[in-house]
Amino acid sequence: MSGSTVIFYLLAALTLVSGLLAVTTRMIFRAAIYLLFSLIGIAGLYFWLQYEFIAAVQIVVYVGGIVVLIIFSIFLTQQAGDELPRQKMGRQLFSALAAFCGLALVMLQLYKHDFIKTKNPAIDPGVANIGSQMLGVDDGGYALPFEVVSILLLAALIGCIVIALKSKPETK
Amino acid sequence: MEPGLYHLLFISAALFFTGVFGFFTRRNLVTMLMSVELILNSVNLNFIAFNKYLWPDKLDGVFFTIFIIAIAAAEAAVAIAIIINLYRSHQSIDVENAEDLKY
Repeated sequence: MSGSTVIFYLLAALTLVSGLLAVTTRMIFRAAIYLLFSLIGIAGLYFWLQYEFIAAVQIVVYVGGIVVLIIFSIFLTQQAGDELPRQKMGRQLFSALAAFCGLALVMLQLYKHDFIKTKNPAIDPGVANIGSQMLGVDDGGYALPFEVVSILLLAALIGCIVIALKSKPETK
Repeated sequence: MEPGLYHLLFISAALFFTGVFGFFTRRNLVTMLMSVELILNSVNLNFIAFNKYLWPDKLDGVFFTIFIIAIAAAEAAVAIAIIINLYRSHQSIDVENAEDLKY
């Protein structure tokens, strides 16, 4: 086994084990930390695939943004030391069964399917290519979705402020 | 065995169903949100894997991943605003206690 293969399996194990712990642990703060490690593992997989820009975006947005937001909301909404109440055994059992059956079905279909690779030469997924296609208005450009997403982010920003705003007591 | 497309697709599928399992079993809104993040990340990994191994001449998978990350960030922010508002009115973020719309 080459070093690259070993690193791949280490990253895969980190991602899957901490992802599994994040949904099964009963300490909510630990769940957030396990989620953090799972997201870092996925960023590592992007680095392993040599998509450095996506890996950087993943670390900045997920690890630096969303997980910090989740940890803040944990601190705002409950005592971090409390354990979550134990779930009913039947519900856990059936959820695990459903998830496992879904995984088995997907993997069965996947191994029966032959993927056909393109013959065209590969292009570099670097920042220069991504940027020029992202803002391109010709065929294959992504300028319109880019603008739509920017409107969506603005709407989400305003919506968050409106929803989480403390309503003022009625004054005469 | 040298890792390839199928290995990444297996990781992606396993992570997806881990998130589905968490979404089914958890009853706390913050932990349910964490499960949704896991599901979205597995989808991102899928897009990147297909882009890398099947269509390396295009960048469409990369763009889908970037847009999914942006939408996931917006979704997480709105969800947390709703959770904080719910906590203010109900003193709890358990979904079993948030059933005012049911009756």
